[in-house]
Amino acid sequence: MSEVVVNGLIKRYGQVNALAGVDLRVPSGQLTAVLGPSGCGKTTLLRCLAGFERLDAGEIRIDGVLVAGGRRHLPTHRRNIAVVPQEGALFPHLSVTDNIGYGLDRAARRSGRIEEVLALVGLAGLGARMPHQLSGGQQQRVAVARALAPRPSVVLLDEPFSALDASLRAGLRHDVREALRADGATGVIVTHDQGEALSVADQVVVLRAGRVVQAAAPASVYREPVNLWVAEFVGDAVLLPAVVEQGTARTALGLVPLTGAVPDGSVTVLVRPEQVRLTTGTEGVTATVLRHDFHGHDALVGLGLPDGTHITARILDGDAAVVLGGEVTVRVQGAARAFPTDPPVRPPAPTPARLAG
Amino acid sequence: MAVALIPLAYLGVRTVEAGGDRIAAELWTERVGLLALRSLGLAGVVTVACVLLGVGTAFLVTRTDLPGRRLFAVLAALPLAVPTYIAAFAWVSTAPRLAGFWPAALVLTLCSYPYVLLPVAAALRGADPAQEEVSRSLGRGGWRTFTAVTLRQIRPATAAGALLVALYVLSDFGAVSILRAETFTRAIFVALELGFDRTGALVLSSVLVALTVLLLTGETATRRRGAQYAGLSGARRPVPRLSLGAARWPAVSALVAVAVLALGVPAVSLGRRLAAGTSRPGALPEVLAAAGNSLTVSLAGAALTMVLALPLGLLAARAPGPLTTALDRLAYLGHALPGVVVGLSLIFFGINVAYPLYQTRWLLALAYATLFLPLAVGAVASAAAQSSARLEEVARSLGRGPWTVLRTVTLPLILPGIGAGAALVFLTGMKELPATLLLRPTGTDTLATELWTSTAVGAYAAAAPYAVLLVVISALPTWLLVARSGLLDKEKRS
Repeated sequence: MSEVVVNGLIKRYGQVNALAGVDLRVPSGQLTAVLGPSGCGKTTLLRCLAGFERLDAGEIRIDGVLVAGGRRHLPTHRRNIAVVPQEGALFPHLSVTDNIGYGLDRAARRSGRIEEVLALVGLAGLGARMPHQLSGGQQQRVAVARALAPRPSVVLLDEPFSALDASLRAGLRHDVREALRADGATGVIVTHDQGEALSVADQVVVLRAGRVVQAAAPASVYREPVNLWVAEFVGDAVLLPAVVEQGTARTALGLVPLTGAVPDGSVTVLVRPEQVRLTTGTEGVTATVLRHDFHGHDALVGLGLPDGTHITARILDGDAAVVLGGEVTVRVQGAARAFPTDPPVRPPAPTPARLAG
Repeated sequence: MAVALIPLAYLGVRTVEAGGDRIAAELWTERVGLLALRSLGLAGVVTVACVLLGVGTAFLVTRTDLPGRRLFAVLAALPLAVPTYIAAFAWVSTAPRLAGFWPAALVLTLCSYPYVLLPVAAALRGADPAQEEVSRSLGRGGWRTFTAVTLRQIRPATAAGALLVALYVLSDFGAVSILRAETFTRAIFVALELGFDRTGALVLSSVLVALTVLLLTGETATRRRGAQYAGLSGARRPVPRLSLGAARWPAVSALVAVAVLALGVPAVSLGRRLAAGTSRPGALPEVLAAAGNSLTVSLAGAALTMVLALPLGLLAARAPGPLTTALDRLAYLGHALPGVVVGLSLIFFGINVAYPLYQTRWLLALAYATLFLPLAVGAVASAAAQSSARLEEVARSLGRGPWTVLRTVTLPLILPGIGAGAALVFLTGMKELPATLLLRPTGTDTLATELWTSTAVGAYAAAAPYAVLLVVISALPTWLLVARSGLLDKEKRS
């Protein structure tokens, strides 16, 4: 049992509310991603969990023990947590082995735990190296191993992959997630990268302007965002005005079935670009190709509908011959999610907090 | 911190004792005005000359294809090992007519331009070449890039070096005395030695302190605008070197000329005196005893200073704020006080507060700590600022308490900084004269005091061995500092 529970956490810097009442539960043995745009307070949240910052209100419990809240502020080194910062921050004067052994007592150092975690992150045999002899990705792996070694209640990862090449990042985050899982560790990873959060985490917590907007499994955050802001933040979104009649939305793309029960009336419908299919058949709406962004494995196609609406479709390469200015037939695959029309579609600029994301 | 306050407290107490009228009578005289003008003028002239010479030399040895640049780097830094009074003594013993403002300015410049050279050279080597490349790509020529980008990059280093030079000149005693340039320090010493005029000396000291405060405030104000940000990427390409072309030989000649003036003249002069033989035979044991005293006292001073500087330096780097800045500035004030004033105040302190220390080497070590604390604090703070606070956070998160983190992470990382600070304090302690003269236990002579006593009675030949030994011993920590500044590093292949 190493659950982290955060209640009503408030942290201010002068006039700015970096965290304005955060409630959060990090389940034991799982990896939770805190996702949000720059300045949403996610790094501040991590620093509060780690004990680097004092809370202004609220409380934090780790394994049921109150570590911060009220007058209590358990110092970092008594919290049984471990941090993996953005740039790794290996101790430059210590070898890989000594870095990993830093948080271990003498007995644990001799028990083979160092070799164990080194193998876990795929660096077996590199223990004698000094940090400057490692590549950026290897440094980050050592930083993760160092955090895992003392078997902390929680591992806190602060945008640990953002300084790395895109090609390295995917492989590394898979390996890190596997290492955490193999070790049964509980983890919190802070990131502004939607793809990263959705692909590594068991639970995604979306943070905006110092508040939790949604906390759910990655698939439900993507498919069933609680509002339009989350919908647009976690992935590409096609938003269509629509009228609901008996559970079906009438949109510029034709009739679209909805998830959940929605009362009749005006709504905004969320369709993901991969749900927009280009067909050769006659069933569907005719659209003009305005844009074609080729990505290799897939492509984003910008389309203009007869009523002037612009939408985006994601197609697998070779799915259809797309010619700029040409006409195609489109239809929506699967069900869509509807939102009340009233709130603004575009997110207002988030309140800048002092610590960038 | 109290160490830096002792002299100030002393000045305060004695000034109050003297009473307002007496002070006003001493203060508002033409002589004080002239002294102030001359001291400031000397500080200004020497600082400007040192900045020009220091930045120019630093640029030549770090950024151009100058032939023999590593040799020149060492030659340019070596004057640090020559105390001003030895340089002045060398010049006077070569050309006895030399005296007054401009010779003093010349000697002080030649002795203190390494204070600008070393930090600027380090900054030039560490500067990100990408900024200069961007400037060039935006259509700025070489010269405009130099003035608009390079000079801005090295500005904090230049300012720090210039401040040290200005403070050094204001508090210098040896060179101005030997060259008979009438400045505050000399006037204070004369007032004490000849007239036993403590109040006069006191008032003059207070004015000197006021000038120093003015200088420090000005420097703080300009520093605000020089905010720097450093890129995150660790691995930088080495800066490409500028090809001097036909200008290389004039450049070499200029550096040779400076080296001849700064090192050649003292070397030849001391060598001649040494060859002429000591005036008294059998002086070798005395010289060795003096060298031993110099070493032990300076080492004790360096050790004490580092113990005091460590918490201050860490505080300055890790918890910047108004209080820290104030402490930092206060430490500088101690550095700027003339050794005479510090010496006097510590005698007062020793007799009235800490009698067991009086007439021991520890009181002298305390004087060195008062005088040289900022040198050590600066070295510790800059080393601590370079090592990321993130490392300490990670260490804490791995379950290590504050003391363990200090011992296992912070201290090992700033060890080079501690070493550099200790070397600098040791070096300056070896060279220190006035406080040593006043505070040494009776019968204990150091190289500096023996040298001073000999020159005072015109026994130049007797002074020579002390001078030579002093310069040779001082050259060791100087070498350490040069090596640390990166001037001697081999070129990295890109």
